[in-house]
Amino acid sequence: MGDDTLFAQVLDPRNRPDPYPLYGRLRETPVSRQADGSFVVSTHAAVRSLIFDPRLSSEDLPPSRRPPTGNPLRDWILNPIRNRVVNAHRPLIFRDPPDHDTLRDFVMKEFTIARVRESHAKVARLVDTLIDACRGRDTVCLVDDLSYPLPVAVICELLGVPEADEAQFHAWAIRLATALEPDARHDEAGRREITATFDAISDYMRRLIREKRRRPADDMLSGLAARGGQGRPAMGDIDLISTAILLLVAGHETTVNLITNGMLTLLRHPDELERLKVDPARAPRVIEEMLRYEPPVHFRTRKALGAIDVAGVTIPAGSPVILLFASASRDPARFADADRFDPDRRDNQHFGFGGGLHYCAGAPLARIEAEIALVTLCRRLVAPRLLDDPPPYRPGASLRGPKNLGITIAGIT
Amino acid sequence: MRVVVDLNRCQGYAQCCYAAPEHFEVRGHEILFYDPAPPEAKREQIERAQQACPVRAIEVESAGLTEEAEL
Amino acid sequence: MIGVQRPGIVVVGASLAGLRGAEALRDGGYDGPLTIVGDEPHRPYDRPPLSKHVLAGELAPEATELPQLRSLRARWRLGQPAVALDRERRVVRLADGATLPYETLLIATGARARTWPGEGADLAGIFTIRTVEDARSLRNALAQRPGRVLVVGAGLIGCEAASCCRDLGLDVTLVDPNPTPLARLLGTVIGGTLAGRMRDAGVDIRMNTKIHSFSGEKGGVRRAHLPGGATIATDLVIVALGATRETGWLAAAGLRADAGGLTCDAACRAMTLAGELDPAIYAAGDVARWPNPLTGNRPMTVEHWGNAVDQARHAAANMLARPSEQPPYGHLPAFWSSQFGLNIKLVGLTEGADALAVVQGARASQRFLAVYGRAGRSVAAVSFDQARWLPAYAEAVAAGSAFPPILGATDQPRIEWLEPGFPVPRRSTDQAAPTLEAAHG
Repeated sequence: MGDDTLFAQVLDPRNRPDPYPLYGRLRETPVSRQADGSFVVSTHAAVRSLIFDPRLSSEDLPPSRRPPTGNPLRDWILNPIRNRVVNAHRPLIFRDPPDHDTLRDFVMKEFTIARVRESHAKVARLVDTLIDACRGRDTVCLVDDLSYPLPVAVICELLGVPEADEAQFHAWAIRLATALEPDARHDEAGRREITATFDAISDYMRRLIREKRRRPADDMLSGLAARGGQGRPAMGDIDLISTAILLLVAGHETTVNLITNGMLTLLRHPDELERLKVDPARAPRVIEEMLRYEPPVHFRTRKALGAIDVAGVTIPAGSPVILLFASASRDPARFADADRFDPDRRDNQHFGFGGGLHYCAGAPLARIEAEIALVTLCRRLVAPRLLDDPPPYRPGASLRGPKNLGITIAGIT
Repeated sequence: MRVVVDLNRCQGYAQCCYAAPEHFEVRGHEILFYDPAPPEAKREQIERAQQACPVRAIEVESAGLTEEAEL
Repeated sequence: MIGVQRPGIVVVGASLAGLRGAEALRDGGYDGPLTIVGDEPHRPYDRPPLSKHVLAGELAPEATELPQLRSLRARWRLGQPAVALDRERRVVRLADGATLPYETLLIATGARARTWPGEGADLAGIFTIRTVEDARSLRNALAQRPGRVLVVGAGLIGCEAASCCRDLGLDVTLVDPNPTPLARLLGTVIGGTLAGRMRDAGVDIRMNTKIHSFSGEKGGVRRAHLPGGATIATDLVIVALGATRETGWLAAAGLRADAGGLTCDAACRAMTLAGELDPAIYAAGDVARWPNPLTGNRPMTVEHWGNAVDQARHAAANMLARPSEQPPYGHLPAFWSSQFGLNIKLVGLTEGADALAVVQGARASQRFLAVYGRAGRSVAAVSFDQARWLPAYAEAVAAGSAFPPILGATDQPRIEWLEPGFPVPRRSTDQAAPTLEAAHG
């Protein structure tokens, strides 16, 4: 019988810098029941088996409840209606097929290869500008200086958010950062702030969508907002707004972590940093290994719709199931020398972008951003050294990443 | 160069299409059509597609294989 | 002139299984002489695209050459069929009279297309699809835009060929003695769904129909004759009647080999007529008939792409291992087929299935996943454009889960429970009747 508090320990902020030994202990029981009745799935084989299992639902989110305002009209009539609307139009990562598929098809039709490719130049330009801004300093704060501003700017351009509004978007993104955190425990004040932010961003999106319909441009939001032609279905406005917010939030926090965790890993493996600098063609391998070794998302929570037998355990219907992707990607039964950062490993079938039908829709864009950011950092930072190891971490255990990453440099080329 | 995709494994994630759009294409819902003989000059792109495949279904000819003479 | 050298390992068969087997020998540390014999003059190539993109004219036939995944340091004897095996002297004889000694032999000779067995076989304009040359000549003939194409046999290859012809805008008639396409592989219920798709695509489907013979004009095929006297006009015929195993060269070898395959034990070691194992001879791929532990140790051949790869690697590992350390080869058969814009995938064995349940999606949408049951167990799963759930059902099939498996799932509105509708097995005088249709992906 394993320790049924191991996952609680994973959530404990004190274990944020290095949860991997806890994952190792969790893997001793591939599917382990925790004290709160949830099941943690931690081996590669068990996670692989479950990501393709249609009995795992993603719709297990507590119903939206707007905090009380003291105004009876709002509290008893308006807000319950809004709650119902919000609950019925969750973004697609919290939806199951067939609704999930319909929404995702809309998004993927607009997330075209051409659009993603075009963001290349914008990413390269932004990365250079952000690094240029650090000239004359002997310390770079990677999160503030690059990891945070880059993804917001990229997603804004892709969506079609006017450049003038990017700063506002950036502020919203920071406030919503924890909204996707499965282990977030919001107090009343926190919930109030998140609700207010959602309302503000929803209002903004509603106006922007109206504008895109009036004057369509070549961007994702214009495409999504276009009314379906003859016989073609169109995305409803509420789904459209929740999708746009999802693209902003999901595409943001995760990319911040991918870049920051990636640079942290390179700074801890200076030989690999040097090799990437000399041979940027190694980048795809390096990025895939980062996704395995220090992934931006450590776990996602699902719910068992029926009883599931897996790895000798029966998960009863209704149980929360935690797919511990970051542990599966470090499973020594699947990866030789699993705790070693080795970009040259073969058959690197990691779960860095999840898997199954919820596989990260933005993965191609994340790869581009991470590659350009890391290759450019390696090339342009002179003698980079990690200031604090481990760095301070943000609270999230799933969307896990440093709060900041101080790097001392001898200059910028 | 030569490429083969294990289409039993492929699930149409389309990551290869973003990495090397001239050589990989998803048709319909999940049919992958790919170029099994891309030019050697495209090796970097093809290896990028191989690396990006979530189910590791893409196999690529090793670089610089010296072909043995036939007897 | 090569000096005195140990004979080493000989691989007979230079297709997918032979190539992956040879690579696995080197990967496994084998450092001795390695000879690969192939009857075709080509390096190993991939067959699944031949009946799809090559026919459609999207891929040049020679583009299908397979990637070599590592250096082999092998002697290639291509364009030289093996014609005999002498186990006493441990030599393989080639068509040019040369003899190749071996210490260990891997037999991966695969299968050959069944040709038209009846009257009219010598007419021009009758094609099969098995080799790259077959595909090249058929492609060239289709490019001449024949008025009416007749496909004989609605197995995987026949259906894919019909799909390509429609993509090319050619008139196609598809004939098969069973009630639906893919009837023996998937049953008539799922076959009926595919038939609907084919009709929508404009294929003239004639099921429950046999061809008796062909006749022609000026040496070229013009008519197919049905047993009752009716005829079907045609300018080009594609014969897709499955394949027979390439075992003719083993006729005098004293092995259990016939048109249905070469019998092996579970570790892929060849069996002699006396029922003993020849410890120096292994087999893999289409030609190997072995007791599959995953399907109750029933001897079977599996003519699918995935088996060629997996079995060749398994056999190669066993060739390098001590006799006591050669594990059995367990394999869950699987294939894919793309046709009429659909991605069809199957895992498991549908043979003998007595129940069918549509467990994800709906047949009406032509996007669904269905499971086959046999005596209360799940034995196979098929997906039409629904491959993403297939791994979960493959696990259920491999585990022999109760039928239907995986209840209470998302996107599972109401499980449709049906008889699969397998045609009564044809009584055949040919004892080598195939167990699995279609040499294929």
